[in-house]
Amino acid sequence: MFTMWKVGAGAAVLESSIWEQMKMEFLGYRRVDGRVGIRNHIAIMPTSICSSTVAFNIAAQVPGTVALANQQGCCQLGTDHEQTARTLIGLGKNPNVAAVLVISLGCDGITVDQVAGTLAATGKLVEVVVIQEAGGTLQATAEGVHKASRIARQVAHLQREKVGASELTLAIECGGSDFTSGLAANPATGVAADMLMTWGGTAMLAVTTEFIGAEHILARRAKTPAVGEEILRIVGQCEERSRLVHGDLRSGQPTPRNISGGITTLEEKSLGCIYRAGSKPIQGVLSYGEAPGGKGLYVMDTPGQDIESITGMLAGGAQVAIFTTGRGTPTGSPIAPVIKITGNARTYRMMEDNIDIDASSILSGEETADQVGQRIFEEIIKAANGHLPKAESLRHHEFGIHKISPSF
Amino acid sequence: MKKQAVVINAKDNVATVVDDCPAGTILQYSLGHSEGTVQLQQDTPMGHKCAICEIPSGADVIKYGETIGRAIAKINPGEHVHVHNVESRRGRGGS
Repeated sequence: MFTMWKVGAGAAVLESSIWEQMKMEFLGYRRVDGRVGIRNHIAIMPTSICSSTVAFNIAAQVPGTVALANQQGCCQLGTDHEQTARTLIGLGKNPNVAAVLVISLGCDGITVDQVAGTLAATGKLVEVVVIQEAGGTLQATAEGVHKASRIARQVAHLQREKVGASELTLAIECGGSDFTSGLAANPATGVAADMLMTWGGTAMLAVTTEFIGAEHILARRAKTPAVGEEILRIVGQCEERSRLVHGDLRSGQPTPRNISGGITTLEEKSLGCIYRAGSKPIQGVLSYGEAPGGKGLYVMDTPGQDIESITGMLAGGAQVAIFTTGRGTPTGSPIAPVIKITGNARTYRMMEDNIDIDASSILSGEETADQVGQRIFEEIIKAANGHLPKAESLRHHEFGIHKISPSF
Repeated sequence: MKKQAVVINAKDNVATVVDDCPAGTILQYSLGHSEGTVQLQQDTPMGHKCAICEIPSGADVIKYGETIGRAIAKINPGEHVHVHNVESRRGRGGS
């Protein structure tokens, strides 16, 4: 093993020569396209909801496979259709996925060529089952088990190799917040995100609804004025969409419940959320499911729904997720470890099955955010090396693709 | 001793109380590498804020190292900082 390093006295340690001398490394799977995975999954990918049951039938029988519970993929139009296709292709490209078995009904809106063709062109190992051509559910399941087991024999032996932490892309999610989120779990996660990016890695800050009220501050952190304008644009677009369904994301915020909990203004509420991504300049704004073009901090336009947000960031190539929570949440992902952190000591006790890191020591004064941040960073590297966070060890495989319009 | 308040960023002029604290409580908090204390002027519930220095009327209220609003009256050290003495500079939506 490697990454033998100890928690230091603060983020300042990062600058020290001791840290410079240590190679921050982990063992990962180098893929044909050069990217590095931290898992070796075979994704059984239904192109639409109609082929989801067959996908789950196959995954139940072949070791190393995970089925993606796709609820979309048909009767979608325009940018909504494109977003689902982009997400499925992005998930297939994710380096945690060694190979993809695409399951199509045959008449789905998302086509086999669109998904399997694009993935095969990247060098990914891809096979296809078409239910209407295989002869129905039983024949398609049999064909899928045959193909998936052959893939399993091809990829199970792949070996991990030593790579730098710069190969990691971290998805950062926040959900089920309470007043501790902005005080403990989010600042500590921000420290960990900064550490990863100092080592040359990449982080994604998502959930556009949480930027409202602090979008001007995020925009100031953009690398270029154009990136700043893009941040303001996605926030404006998100609010516009809420008005289409006669909702309003801004007025009425903070909510009476927030105010009784001590949140005074919307700026304060949103700042507590965005603190989780650290303090680096924002390199770019990504569409839902889009992969970043470089290293460093990126903003992704995702909804507040945790599962859809995480799925979008994984489609963008993140191999690992941090999920900060106040109330506690069990959710995970079929293709990536999701590490849970809470600053609420009671939540940790009540949800210990699900929460990996108790950050309440920041509130009690026993640890600083820097110290907990280093523990979080250590946990990220452990997960990258193969350690299972709780959601993964409990097979929490929540999955959801964000839709931007109703089905037609 | 268990800490009763958190200051997130060294630029902040407010602390967040992490327990329900009665008026008169002397709160200890860390600010960067130094420690500070402030005496609460009012009962302050868990999750609420108090000023750690004087904030003049019209000045920015700073938390997370950023402006979370504007003081609409002078706020003394230890005074409860909330909707009665802070106004958002933004976030008023269509209103």
